[in-house]
Amino acid sequence: MSEFLLPVDDDPLTQPFWEACARGELRMQRFTASGRYCWPPRPMDPVSRTLEYEWVPVSGLGTVWSVAIPHPPLLPAYTDLAPYNVVVVQLDEDPALRMVGNVVAAADAPLNSIDPHAVEIGQRVRAVFSPVGDMFLPRWVPVDT
Amino acid sequence: MTNQGADVNPLKDRTAIVGIGQTRFGKGLEDSELSLACQAISAALDDCGIAPSEVDGLASYTLEPFREVEVARSVGLGDITWFSQVGYGGGAGCGVVTQAAMAVSTGQAEVVVAWRARKRASKASRPWANVAQRIEDNGQWSRPWGLLRPVDEIAILTRRYMHEYGATRDHLANVAIAFRKHANNNPAATMYERTLSREEYMNGRWISEPLCLFDNCLETDGALAAVIVSAERAKDLRQVPAYIHAGAQGIPPQHNTMTNYFNDDPLMGPSWAAAKGLWRYADLGPADVKVAQLYDAFSPLIPLSLEGYGFCARGEGAAFTEDGALEWPHGRLPTNTAGGGMSEAYVHGFNLVLEGVRQIRGTSPNQVADADVSLVTSGEGVPTSALLLRK
Repeated sequence: MSEFLLPVDDDPLTQPFWEACARGELRMQRFTASGRYCWPPRPMDPVSRTLEYEWVPVSGLGTVWSVAIPHPPLLPAYTDLAPYNVVVVQLDEDPALRMVGNVVAAADAPLNSIDPHAVEIGQRVRAVFSPVGDMFLPRWVPVDT
Repeated sequence: MTNQGADVNPLKDRTAIVGIGQTRFGKGLEDSELSLACQAISAALDDCGIAPSEVDGLASYTLEPFREVEVARSVGLGDITWFSQVGYGGGAGCGVVTQAAMAVSTGQAEVVVAWRARKRASKASRPWANVAQRIEDNGQWSRPWGLLRPVDEIAILTRRYMHEYGATRDHLANVAIAFRKHANNNPAATMYERTLSREEYMNGRWISEPLCLFDNCLETDGALAAVIVSAERAKDLRQVPAYIHAGAQGIPPQHNTMTNYFNDDPLMGPSWAAAKGLWRYADLGPADVKVAQLYDAFSPLIPLSLEGYGFCARGEGAAFTEDGALEWPHGRLPTNTAGGGMSEAYVHGFNLVLEGVRQIRGTSPNQVADADVSLVTSGEGVPTSALLLRK
């Protein structure tokens, strides 16, 4: 079977995020001095220029900000499942906290488990953690509203 | 536009593009990038009548596979006293020329050659298909979820733009069709002999919804070069000088290259930052621009750039394209008059620089009457740059 791309899992900056995902928790980097969330993570707080931060649990609830539907040519693992949705989800905690993901039917369901054309901007979603290779990637399931 | 500080700006009108050269454009050209670069540079030097031994400055893209030393050896250049490269792929083009102008206006070099050579038309050279399985760079936050190619990254911004401002596929078609019409008058263009109707556009296969095949640039092999000298020297050369009135680079706050989703206002891209620098010292404003070459790796970059460079207000870029506004000869802003990246050639936007020069010279295949002010921009969605040329 062809393989999906994965992020590095040995970067000290991002390791706590991936360890939390493996435990089924969505955590965000928050700088201590300013209280500002940052995504993607970075070494310095752009507000206070201090280095202290923690990875705090967030609700895992968000809203679809945008969606694209890739079609081939793609890498083989993705071609097998195309067309699928890729979303950007805006987290409830801060409107500038947006994460790239997919809306899927369940944590262990494939990328194309939902009709990509049924995914809409404004849709409410909740984080789930999908096993991919040796990691768990945050993905999103629809929330009934 | 205000003109504060313009009288002390050391760049304004001090230099000019005096020579241009290009290879043919194609798919699967046999020549190496180095050979293509040398051919384009040689043609640009012949165009202005400057000897290779006089070249003392070189400017190019960081993505250039062959470096200054190889080019200098082949073309027979003399002592090089200044050389520089600009990063971020398609965002670099106008920055390369701007840095060349800075080098000439500050005396670091007298004759600078700027170039881009690229072989992109073979499948093996597509960078998105050659990624390692573990991603270390910024792509680690997008690619694992299947957002693999530049077109996917821009599709996300496009869908949001359509949602916020009511832009439609018809607007994107306006862009694709305008540029194709221009290419149909340009014998050097890849799409010279292939027309594009609205119906063909609408039936184009999806690449990444909401973007179809015709929203994408071409894949091209080819090279282009430009020669930059001082305004004084330019007067004595054989071509009409395209004076570099202003040039700027731009990275906005909290920017993410291509995946610019993670800040307060993702639809306010690098164009806005480059525009600030471009207009700051210019005697001219958007209303003075007679013809524009706007970076078009993807059709939605055109409305975003029209907004960023001040041709219309926020959210009005799509509507701006209506009624043939981008089309030569009657549109209010003829844009990408040689066909652009979508229909002439995709050489990371350096073909846009050369077409901007041809408009000033009066030698464009779609020549705008009285084109005394010509705007060229580089990639929107990445750290970018822009160039304002005048007669």
